Amino acid sequence: MAERLSNREGIKGMANPTRYGILRVAYWLQRLSGLGLLAYLIGHIYETSTILNGKAAWDNMLSLTETPGGHIVLVIVIGMCVFHTGNGIRVMISEGGKGVGKPGQPEYPYRASSLNSKQRLCIWVSIALAALAMMYGAGVLFGN
Amino acid sequence: MATVTVPKEEKTAVVTSPESTQKTVTLRIARINPPESTETKFEEFKVPVQKWTTVLESILYVKQNLDHSIAVRYSCRQASCGSCGMKINGKPRLACYTKISELESNVITIEPMNNFPIIRDLAVNFEQLFSTHKKMKPFIINEESEVNSDTKEFIQTPQDLEKFLQFSYCIKCGLCNSACPTMATDTSFIGPQGLAQAYRYTADNRDKGKKDRLKIVDQSHGIWRCHFAGSCSNVCPKGVDPAMAIQLLRGYLLGFGK
Repeated sequence: MAERLSNREGIKGMANPTRYGILRVAYWLQRLSGLGLLAYLIGHIYETSTILNGKAAWDNMLSLTETPGGHIVLVIVIGMCVFHTGNGIRVMISEGGKGVGKPGQPEYPYRASSLNSKQRLCIWVSIALAALAMMYGAGVLFGN
Repeated sequence: MATVTVPKEEKTAVVTSPESTQKTVTLRIARINPPESTETKFEEFKVPVQKWTTVLESILYVKQNLDHSIAVRYSCRQASCGSCGMKINGKPRLACYTKISELESNVITIEPMNNFPIIRDLAVNFEQLFSTHKKMKPFIINEESEVNSDTKEFIQTPQDLEKFLQFSYCIKCGLCNSACPTMATDTSFIGPQGLAQAYRYTADNRDKGKKDRLKIVDQSHGIWRCHFAGSCSNVCPKGVDPAMAIQLLRGYLLGFGK
């Protein structure tokens, strides 16, 4: 009841990437790719731990990743990994106060310096690199 | 937020203007009256608009001609007081600063700002924003600031002034806090408004209270919860750019800033 009246947007609002421009989309993708990589890491640890159950169990698990579905998952993981790294570097540098512009007299129509073209370019480059890496990964995995 | 659209007859005022071809838009205004009712209902009103009509003017038209019971807070009508923040077509904006024509829609949905408790309809409670602002010690801390016959005024260069000037234009409208994704989930987060004000005084070379302020923001629900989504700067109607202030303050804490 109290939360209802506080009118917080909650996770639904936090996870909504629309309305506020490309930086909010990058924020959303960074979170999504981070959660995806965490899930992959847990799955990967589970996958490699099957070796403790002998060669048959390991081969059985490995065969799962060598299906088209397994390859698609790996291609998505490659994309998440590249985007998360590229965008993560941008965020780390920005959070140190670099590349966010300099304070000055705001002029109408008040475009925020922190949402500058360098930031937007870095986001698009991260997306493009992720797409290229995914294409290369798909070529290698499905090419054989 | 669960909402209910009330199917009721359209409310329209008799327009006595000779301009019978005048454009009209539909305002969908959220109605909620806690604690009596916690359910949001939308009521629709048709209002005549000109190309310069603001959302606030259209709400006041509704209040004057169609339904005087709508609760709305406003004052200066010129984006100086920060009273009329509300969610207009899904985005936090100042009603007095948003023209109907720029929304490019014939249906305008108006709701109270998110992340603020609702008082009634479009009016929200600013208690948390003001108390957080106060916690940031929004004043110059300097033992020599008392004016007496022995003191001189502080001299600042234009460069010194530029370091904090834009952050001092904050009108405390709360749009930044409403757009912030961290504020959406963390009830204890200081928020972009408070953090930007902490930087405004930290960057002021007359101020000697940096240590106190940095101690306040350097906590678990403080500056480290900002993830630079930039939404606060995207909605700021005064060019304050809270996202920049927060990153510069964080750089200062990490030892990169001066």
